[in-house]
Amino acid sequence: MTMLSERQQMSYIAAQAADARLNVELETEGMTLNIGPQHPATHGTLRIIARLDGEQVVWAEPSAGYMHRGYEKLTEVRTFPQVTALINRIDWLGSFANEVPFILAAEQLMNIEAPPRAQHIRTILFELSRIANVSLFLGDLGVQMGAVTPVFMAFRDREYVLNLIEGATGGRFHPNFDRIGGLKDDLPKGWLDETRQVMKKLRNFCDEIEDLLFGNEIFQSRTRGIGVIPADVARQYGLSGANLRASGVDWDLRRDQSLPLAYDKVDFRVWTHPDGDSWARCWIRLQEVREATKIVDQLIETLPPGPVMTKVPRIIKVPEGEAWVSTENPLGEMGYYVVSKGDLGPFRVKIRSASFNNISITPWVLKGVYVPDIITILASLYFILGDIDR
Amino acid sequence: MMSIALEIPYWGQSLLRVLGGIGAVLLPAGTIVYLFLFKMMSFMQSRLGPMEAGPFGSMQLLAEVGKWLQKEDIIPENADAKIYKLAPVIVLVSTFLLVVVVPFGPDALFTNFSAGVFYALAIGSVSVIGILVAGWSSANKYSLLGGLRAAGQLIAYELPMVLAVVGVVIQAGSMNLQQIVVAQNSGSIFGWDGVGFPFVLTQFVGFLIFMIAVQAELTQVPFDMPIAESELVSGYMTEYSGFRFLIFFIGEFATAGVFAFIASVLFLGGWGIPFSWFGWESLDAVDGWMNIVGPVIMLTKMLVLTGIIMWVRFSYPRFREDQLQRFAWKVLIPLSLANIAVTAILKVAI
Amino acid sequence: MPKVPGLVKGLGVTMGTLFRTVKNGADTVQYPHAKEAPPVRARGVIALREDNCTACMLCARSCPDWCIYIEGHKQLAPPRRAGGKPRKVNHLDRFDIDYALCMYCGICVEVCPFDALFWSPEYEYSEPRIADLLHDKDKLGEWMETVPEAPELEAGAEKKK
Repeated sequence: MTMLSERQQMSYIAAQAADARLNVELETEGMTLNIGPQHPATHGTLRIIARLDGEQVVWAEPSAGYMHRGYEKLTEVRTFPQVTALINRIDWLGSFANEVPFILAAEQLMNIEAPPRAQHIRTILFELSRIANVSLFLGDLGVQMGAVTPVFMAFRDREYVLNLIEGATGGRFHPNFDRIGGLKDDLPKGWLDETRQVMKKLRNFCDEIEDLLFGNEIFQSRTRGIGVIPADVARQYGLSGANLRASGVDWDLRRDQSLPLAYDKVDFRVWTHPDGDSWARCWIRLQEVREATKIVDQLIETLPPGPVMTKVPRIIKVPEGEAWVSTENPLGEMGYYVVSKGDLGPFRVKIRSASFNNISITPWVLKGVYVPDIITILASLYFILGDIDR
Repeated sequence: MMSIALEIPYWGQSLLRVLGGIGAVLLPAGTIVYLFLFKMMSFMQSRLGPMEAGPFGSMQLLAEVGKWLQKEDIIPENADAKIYKLAPVIVLVSTFLLVVVVPFGPDALFTNFSAGVFYALAIGSVSVIGILVAGWSSANKYSLLGGLRAAGQLIAYELPMVLAVVGVVIQAGSMNLQQIVVAQNSGSIFGWDGVGFPFVLTQFVGFLIFMIAVQAELTQVPFDMPIAESELVSGYMTEYSGFRFLIFFIGEFATAGVFAFIASVLFLGGWGIPFSWFGWESLDAVDGWMNIVGPVIMLTKMLVLTGIIMWVRFSYPRFREDQLQRFAWKVLIPLSLANIAVTAILKVAI
Repeated sequence: MPKVPGLVKGLGVTMGTLFRTVKNGADTVQYPHAKEAPPVRARGVIALREDNCTACMLCARSCPDWCIYIEGHKQLAPPRRAGGKPRKVNHLDRFDIDYALCMYCGICVEVCPFDALFWSPEYEYSEPRIADLLHDKDKLGEWMETVPEAPELEAGAEKKK
């Protein structure tokens, strides 16, 4: 090494010092971004606290509870018929699906079973609410990524399904149609034919969405490989429904457990996807809408005659006991743990809703992604605020 | 040629220019908003759009303007108020400065700038300053992110835009927009001069790059990350309300119109019709009635181009910021450079 | 056949919808000018047949959000047969439903033992002030005219006794 003159050494030191100063000045500062409680992407009041470095997320945490309505507590002071009216509002897009597990749990406690026709109609309405729920997801997906048109198509075609639900139950969003021991009423005349037509429209809608959104290269580049959840992580965080199946876990409560519903009488496929990324979650849901239309078609053909209500006392008192029933709801596994002390209403109800578990993975999956990907990942995880906060 | 212009005194010409400028900015903006934003978008979503204000809702825009003017002009407490107020004006003024070089007819032009292309592309990027300033001065994290995204994006897409135009300039042999129009309309394809020689035929790659870059310059989907209502709420416009938001809104669509004007001048033959139809030899021989027909032709071409821009906007989801940058630097810029090289070689060879 | 790029296909879908809307009209309904007929079972508003009501309070008690207000008193009615004793009947003084609170669950209609409450699909009764949504028995009685017949049931259904 050549000897440096004193002057050179001094200038070297000065340069180093200047560099150091410059580095201090250029040190970037992180930014905390509150996504929500009021934000277009959280469709409700979910708050995600994200610590950003530039546009990259260093750390993110969901903060739920801005819309907590205390349903578990409210059920303690309501009678059984009143509870079904309440729990309609948990997952407000697929509201009939909320009633079914609760009613099944209560029926289990009372040791009765709905007649086969009621089970069939229950399953049809269950799948219709799945279609209504998930088809809106397919449209909403576009809006989260800046495509405005799919959501209008989703609203347009969901309307037909809502009309069906309204025609049968009287309520578009909150059917309150399920009763302990059966259903409130039978289907009105002409409903089945109408349903056949609507199922055709819905399949057409799925094709349209596939062409418009899923086939789009921009959409694929936004979702493929983004927010990958491996199967074991998905299981650890308790994901369920399409989110779990998108990670390659073949798990569907419709097929895997035997409940007094008509799923064992139909032939349907449970779709899984090995990738576990946003694309897989969206694609699984698209296939599920198609599968649901096929289930409805099959159930319509095999609707058995008979009553829709078994004999139950006019004033229902559920005998003492505990029951846990969960079903495969549009968002994932939804279950009710009902404790009864023999009163008019339940003593305690624990509600296991799918979205709460599904968003609990956000701190894990959002680490290191960019701000725009937060939105796509949240959209693909698909939560409904009522389902998180209850 | 100057027969019409000479009869009008200088102050009259100035007045005409000011009125014409306002018309050339606001008329396309209004037409685009009604025709595409209200009607085409609605029809694409199987609904009718506004139907109540005026016949088929044609007065809806006036109603909207009235609504915006009534709204309170909210300035956030921590905002840099002076700059905050100035930002939308910068954006709109850049649009007005842009329309100045666009020729609408043989004499119907605001200024006959010999380096018109250069000027247009330079002024076109002034709006970046307005957007950046708006994002910074709003004292809002979303606005800041939006402003920074806009700056990065607009600078990245400025380059392919300039490079795409170079091909046209080489072919026309002039940077004057009027000369470019004349070159296209007096040209011929292998001796056949039935449609003139619009540069879109030879510069198709350049035209595509230019339109993609325009889409990005206008921050329309799929390049709308600076606004990105689902992630950044509304980007740099988040805090704006009332008439300042209105100015941004008009600016957005007016700029779309003006860029479509420029694209039609550069690639589609501008105001002209093939000169051989009426046996005109040069620009001086063009009849005076073209000053009336020219703007109509321009408006038609502008509507076709903005129609495509809006069609894409309503059909596509948006890119991510880094994907957009990669697309600009790795695809568009090399492609436009190759386009220039090929054009130059052919120009010299033929 | 070469694969059509998704970008082009997407443009095709929107343009196709545009032409379909131009040709067949929109899927939306221009509300004040045209109206959709709600299904027969639609739960629009609760109508009251006052003669059937005995002020038994079952509906008010079973309402999940206590939006039914009933007041009544006992009074003597003329005897059914000549020479009989005057009957004691419940007379309804007040029957109000606060539609600002009602969650349209339909429990009251179901529990009514005397068929005094009915669902009507009528839905146009919005008010500018929230307090005006409290409707009394006269107003509820007017809605009785809009109550449709119960629909026929789908094949295979069992008739209710």
